[in-house]
Amino acid sequence: MAIAAETQAKPAADIAAALKNGLLAALAAFGLFSLLIGLRTDQGPTGALELTSRATVLGVFVVIAFVGGFARGLIGGERTIDLAAYVPDEIRAFAARTGRILGFALLAFVFAAPILFFHNRYLLDLGIQILTYVMLGWGLNIVVGLAGLLDLGYVAFYAVGAYSYALLAQNFGWSFWLCLPVAGCLAAFWGVLLGFPVLRLRGDYLAIVTLAFGEIIRLVLINWWSLTGGPNGVAGIPRPSFFGIPFNDEENGFAATFGLEYTPSYRVVFLYYVILALALLTNWVTLRLRRLPIGRAWEALREDEIACRSLGINTTTTKLTAFAMGAMFGGIAGSFFATRQGFISPESFTFSESALVLAIVVLGGMGSQLGVAIAAFAMLGGFELFREFEQYRMLVFGAAMVLIMIWRPRGLVATRAPSAFLNKRKAAAVTLVKEGHG
Amino acid sequence: MNAPAGPILEVDHLTMRFGGLLAVDDLSFAASRGRITALIGPNGAGKTTVFNCITGFYHPTVGMIRLHHAGGPTYLLERLLDFRIAKLAKVARTFQNIRLFPGMTLLENLLVAQHNPLMTASGFTFLGLLGFASYRRSEQAAIDRARYWLDRMALLRRADDPAGDLPYGEQRRLEIARAMCTEPVLLCLDEPAAGLNARESAELKELLLAIRAEQQTSILLIEHDMSVVMDISDHVVVLDYGVKIFEGTAADVRNDPKVIAAYLGVEDEEVERVEAEVGL
Repeated sequence: MAIAAETQAKPAADIAAALKNGLLAALAAFGLFSLLIGLRTDQGPTGALELTSRATVLGVFVVIAFVGGFARGLIGGERTIDLAAYVPDEIRAFAARTGRILGFALLAFVFAAPILFFHNRYLLDLGIQILTYVMLGWGLNIVVGLAGLLDLGYVAFYAVGAYSYALLAQNFGWSFWLCLPVAGCLAAFWGVLLGFPVLRLRGDYLAIVTLAFGEIIRLVLINWWSLTGGPNGVAGIPRPSFFGIPFNDEENGFAATFGLEYTPSYRVVFLYYVILALALLTNWVTLRLRRLPIGRAWEALREDEIACRSLGINTTTTKLTAFAMGAMFGGIAGSFFATRQGFISPESFTFSESALVLAIVVLGGMGSQLGVAIAAFAMLGGFELFREFEQYRMLVFGAAMVLIMIWRPRGLVATRAPSAFLNKRKAAAVTLVKEGHG
Repeated sequence: MNAPAGPILEVDHLTMRFGGLLAVDDLSFAASRGRITALIGPNGAGKTTVFNCITGFYHPTVGMIRLHHAGGPTYLLERLLDFRIAKLAKVARTFQNIRLFPGMTLLENLLVAQHNPLMTASGFTFLGLLGFASYRRSEQAAIDRARYWLDRMALLRRADDPAGDLPYGEQRRLEIARAMCTEPVLLCLDEPAAGLNARESAELKELLLAIRAEQQTSILLIEHDMSVVMDISDHVVVLDYGVKIFEGTAADVRNDPKVIAAYLGVEDEEVERVEAEVGL
């Protein structure tokens, strides 16, 4: 009897819990949106502000929140859903077989894209932008994903690289290819400089200080008029040339030299391949470093710093090299950004850029190269896709982030490939992998 | 055993004070080369604090800790940073609450332990990045060493699994293997038998005796499991409230009234007599 009653009571209890969950979500939504959405200010005919209440819209949002909370309570509350578990074995085996081929196919597509979309300037520009963020994501992945050091000021190194190229090229006439390694080294230097004071900090404290560092660099750029031109930025940065041959419609231009009809697309295509090569270089170096002692030390540092010290690993230099490597790739990407835009100002290097790159790394799955690339593609592609819904873009974006954090808290690619193996390379789920603490 | 005579580790007048708490009070002892020295005492006696001082995680308030390499230099451990103690003085340790790299595979755990020689072999990353053959040979040697220790610890079949997946007893063994991969002259084990069942403890005893016999490694051991301490220790130091109350062979320890009093307490009427004996 008692057992029967219990089984009967259980669904009822479940529904009650789900109802409670839904009500809480609705309450939170009401509190959050009552002022944001429920009230709207417009300029009236006399120029005065008029307050209109939008109770219906507010009601819709609250109902959506209730339904969402209720549904989530019903299907399993806080439980994370392993989407991979729902994939049938046949498909999984197929994916494992073709995974490598698929990767090469994707890479081939990325290589072929400028030829396929030669006349679509918009897509090419978008491609360049995505690849820039892929490179930034891979650079930050070294610091955050491998070494487990939360860096919220990554954009500072991007800025250092961009201004390095802009100022060196304008004042001394240095070429892009010469400036690229110089900018990388300067950014790495700033990475080490930031690294020193924050060595003792961990977790939230580290995040706050790196955040401040990003802001400091930006404020210096705004206020150092004589060098950086302040908020006006640096204009007229030399555009890239094809190893000395400029992309213009003159006699000695790229098109004329190679007997082609002039079109501005050549420069864009060239830029596309430059950033693709730089991004692939970042990827190659990172993959290579992971298998070297320094890369293993980074990952060990993320897992347990005290154990590292007990094994004779100098955690100071290990952290500094992680900062320096990440910063270097950020700086190189910055140089590219400067030559592509031809104009830079401190406004390009706000905190939101850091946040975007960090979001790409976290979303992709910390430490996963493929995940970061997919995340960069999804985020920036998503931004463009929802450009028409201007106002709701961030809303959709936020909702997507919440859903992913519920279902894939460790990012899209939540497996870690070991850096060495004796018998068989097994990709391990990252549930055991630490997220780093400092 | 043909180990050269003389102590490998000398601890002199070691005192560690945390604010008002005197964790270790004027402790002196020596550990012989090629021997197993046990450090025992009730909970809170200051054993782990002594370990942390020896391995550089704490800097002692007062005192000197000397480590003698056979026919080589002497290191003053209280002056070295923690990672230098492991790197230069070759002191390896394990932790009371196991500290592995849980997300990395067993093999990777043992490769991280060989960081310093591999770092040199990879030309501080530059040669390794370019794929020099000399680095590849060193890495293969490191993998072979890791394979040897995995085999010794009966962990070979799990070499490519994450360390966090191992059951508790195997994690303990892996931590000892990781410490041994640094090729230490002194191995400090903080309660290696804690949480092991009787069979695993017996295996641990055999393992430690084998390490003592085969490797050029002396062992310093903190342990609560008296069967382990009594069976394998050559020398026992007993601490209570940060003070050394006894030092001698394992056989003598169990008959010493002060040690018995520290562990088991004493009858009320005996307190005065024992206090007088201890010198309070």
